[in-house]
This record gives sequence, structure tokens and C-alpha cells, in this order.
Amino acid sequence: MKAIISDAWTIAGKDLGNEWKNKQTIGMMVIFSSLVILVFSFAFDPTNNMVKAVIPGLIWLITIFSGLLGLNRSFLSEQENDSITGLRSAPIDPSSIYLGKVMANCTMVAAVQIISIPVLFLLFDYRFMGEFLWFLLVLAAGTLGFIIVGTFLAALAVNAKNSEMLLPVLLLPLLSPLMIAAVQATRIILENADIQDAMSWIQLMAAYDLLFLAACFFLFEFIMEGS
Amino acid sequence: MKELVHMLELKNLTKILGDKVILRNVSLSLDRGESLAVVGPNGAGKSTFFKCTVGLLRPTSGEVYLDGELISKNSMSVKQKIGFLGHESYLYSTLTPLENLKFYGKLYKIKEADKKSAELLKEVGLHLFRDMPVRSFSRGMVQRLSIARVLLAEPEILMLDEPHTGLDVEAAYLLNRILKEKQRRGTAILMISHDFEQVQELADRVAVLSKGKIADTMAIRQGSNLEALKEWYEKAVKGA
Ligand SMILES: Nc1ncnc2c1ncn2[C@@H]1O[C@H](COP(=O)(O)OP(=O)(O)OP(=O)(O)O)[C@@H](O)[C@H]1O
Ligand SMILES: [Mg+2]
Repeated sequence: MKAIISDAWTIAGKDLGNEWKNKQTIGMMVIFSSLVILVFSFAFDPTNNMVKAVIPGLIWLITIFSGLLGLNRSFLSEQENDSITGLRSAPIDPSSIYLGKVMANCTMVAAVQIISIPVLFLLFDYRFMGEFLWFLLVLAAGTLGFIIVGTFLAALAVNAKNSEMLLPVLLLPLLSPLMIAAVQATRIILENADIQDAMSWIQLMAAYDLLFLAACFFLFEFIMEGS
Repeated sequence: MKELVHMLELKNLTKILGDKVILRNVSLSLDRGESLAVVGPNGAGKSTFFKCTVGLLRPTSGEVYLDGELISKNSMSVKQKIGFLGHESYLYSTLTPLENLKFYGKLYKIKEADKKSAELLKEVGLHLFRDMPVRSFSRGMVQRLSIARVLLAEPEILMLDEPHTGLDVEAAYLLNRILKEKQRRGTAILMISHDFEQVQELADRVAVLSKGKIADTMAIRQGSNLEALKEWYEKAVKGA
């Protein structure tokens, strides 16, 4: 297990170091999410109170759609020079490739969130009053679940002809329970309501994350296996 | 008993892709310190044969043993022993040669990977380019680097799919020298080539793979005739 994690770290480190150098994907993700926020801030009048109801949904909208950009790239980048075969023939557990990609994608989406969510609050003139730690927890649980399933499906879709289109079509239905829970929990926290109301949503997210992490971790081997 | 175990042994390997039989009943064995060249026309199934041997493709039937261990189990100890050079370079074009080698060095758990990578780069003559991204490399430079990648892990068996493609005379000479040295130290070498000069130079044995079958094998003696080798090859391909 220790070897799997250290190999995963090596792979994630390679991806992140690469991203740090050219900032291509993350730049796109930040620009995309900023544009979405901007468009929505024009579409809704920020002085209107109903806007507060839009913010939770918007947070997850930008997370998912900017995240999709990164997920598409994460295995496509391994196809150049067929380096995925190089990884497959290396003495590592196939699951560590998956875990490494999850780590790298999570870091990238988190970086985008760190930039875009404050911008969102700013443009919608929203003053944060809820419990910050709970907000972070919900954000982390939702993002993790999204990346866990998304990375798995990205690996599955990458061999298909139109992987960029296939990925969202596969991913979004699978994500719906997680996203419903995430939006509801975020709304409750942002409205500064009783945190107990959000508890069952948070539990649902935790269960979803654990279940899919275990399943994807063990099934990934079969995706990597040659015909 | 250990001495009786071949480094590599293929038993009745058959591979069907789609509804096409690519390999039929290929049996081979290779010992430590021995080098075997596989030659054959384009599309004969040589690369497929390699991929099955490395464990990247699953044979439809038949078994491959490496050092007595079944390869389809995909265990890490088996993979650690294999150095596989394929048609593609498996390198990351955004990374520099040094970063590429260090990355694979970490995956193969090599001690002092940094030092070794730098030494290997010098050996394959890419020392001056070590900080340029691989994207900007020429075909031959990429090939040199992929050879360095394979050698880095000091595998017990080298499987080289057309190792001489794109190399200039000097690099080909260098590669032959490295391979001979490896062989002398007990590494088994299996290689695919279309270049009979290199085959004659390097191999102890040649096998002709044609239409998915081993058509013929022959031992090569020092100083044997290149023309005779070519004649024999043509005959074997026609006969298959
Ligand atoms: N994924 C695949 N699906 C179906 N057929 C395939 C596949 N890959 C290879 N083939 C077929 O297998 C045969 C052997 O291919 P292979 O790449 O092993 O040839 P080769 O001997 O390495 O040729 P070359 O000398 O050109 O490298 C070819 O006829 C090819 O069309
Ligand atoms: Mg080939």
C-alpha cells in the first residue's frame, strides 16, 4: 500500500510539475470559470435577494465544468508517445496510476476553486457568514467525489473516438446524487442555517466518496489491461 | 534446478485480434546471456509477439514464462526484469530528458537515479540537450533517449523492437557495444530488426517470423556471410 501511494505521488508530481511549467490546463480552467461567473453576474441582478439561492448551484457548476476540462486532458496527455504503455509496463500497481491522477486532478480543481469562489462571492456581493470549516468540508467532499468518478471515466473514455464528448455524457448522470447533496449542503451552510440540517447530506456525500473510491480503485486494473 | 529454467519461454503462443489470427503456436526459448533476433516482413506479427511477451497484450492461448514465472500474472517482480523498447518512445514530450529518466527511475525504484540518469545521458550522447524538452528532439535523439530509458532499470531481459531505427552510424555502433557488454554480463536480449547487418553483428540466433508462424531459426556464427543470411531469410519467408 505504501508503494502504491509513493508511486501515485510520483505520477501526480510529474503531472503537477508539468502543469506548473506551462500552466496550460489550469489557465484554461480559471479563465472558463471566471467567464461563467461573469456571464451569470450579468444575467442575475446582484442586488436581488434571490441571487443568494443561485450561489450554491453556481459554485458546483463552475467546479464541474472547469473540472471537466482538466479531466479530459489528464489521460489524453498520456496518449502522446503512448506513455501510458510505458506506465503499464513499469513495475507499479495499476491502481497507483489512478490514484496519482486523482491527486493531480484534485489539486488542480482545488486551485481553480481557491481563485474562482472568492471572485464569485465578490461579484455577487455576498458576504460569507456561515461556518467556514463546514463550508470547506462540503467543498472538499463534493470535489473529491467528482474527481474520483471523473478520473475513472476519463480513463475509460480516452480510448473512444470522441472522448471529450463522451466523458460529460457518462459522468453527469453518475454525479447527480452527489451534486444534489453538495448543492443542498452548501445552501444550508451559506444561509447560516442549523448545521444539523446538512448532516444527512454530508453523510450521503461521504458514503458516495468512499463507495466510488473503493470501486474505482479496484476496477481500474481492468481498464488498463490490454485486450 | 535453477539452471534449467530458461530466462524466457513461450509455449504455443496464439493471439487472435478481432477475427484475425496474428500469431499461431509460437514456441521459443531464450537463455541468460543469449541474444535472439526476430526478423520478418512488415505485418508478420513481430510487434504483437513482443507485446504478448511483455504482458501488454493477453495471449489468446498459450503461456509465456519469464524466469519460471507466468507473465500474465502481471506481477511487479516480472515487470522489473523486463526492459521493453517499443515502436513508441513512451517519453513525455513536455519534460526534458533528465526529467523523463528521473521519473522512470523513480517508478522502477532505482537507487541514485539522478546520478545514473546523468551518466546514461552522457553515454547516449544527449548530455548537451539534457535541459531541452523532448518535444524539440529529432527522431534519432528520441530513439537514443528511449534506449537510455530502457537501460536505466538494468533489466535482466531486454526486448527491443527495432532498436536501430533512426540511429546514425555512430549511435548504432554505440548501441551494439552497449548491448554486447550487457550480454556478456548475462542479460538476455530479444530484438526485432529489419537490418541484417546489425542482426549479424549482435545475434547468436535468428528466427524468421512470417504470417504469424516461426518459419525457421538459424544459429549465427562469427564471421558468417551476410549474403547467405539474406538468402536464407528469403527462402524461409517464401516457404512459410
Ligand atoms: N489492435 C489490432 N487489431 C487488429 N489487428 C491488429 C492490431 N494490431 C495489429 N494488428 C495486425 O496484426 C498484424 C501484425 O502487426 P504487427 O504490428 O505485429 O506487425 P510487425 O511484424 O511488427 O510489422 P512491422 O515490421 O511493420 O513493425 C498486422 O497485420 C496488423 O494489421
Ligand atoms: Mg512492428
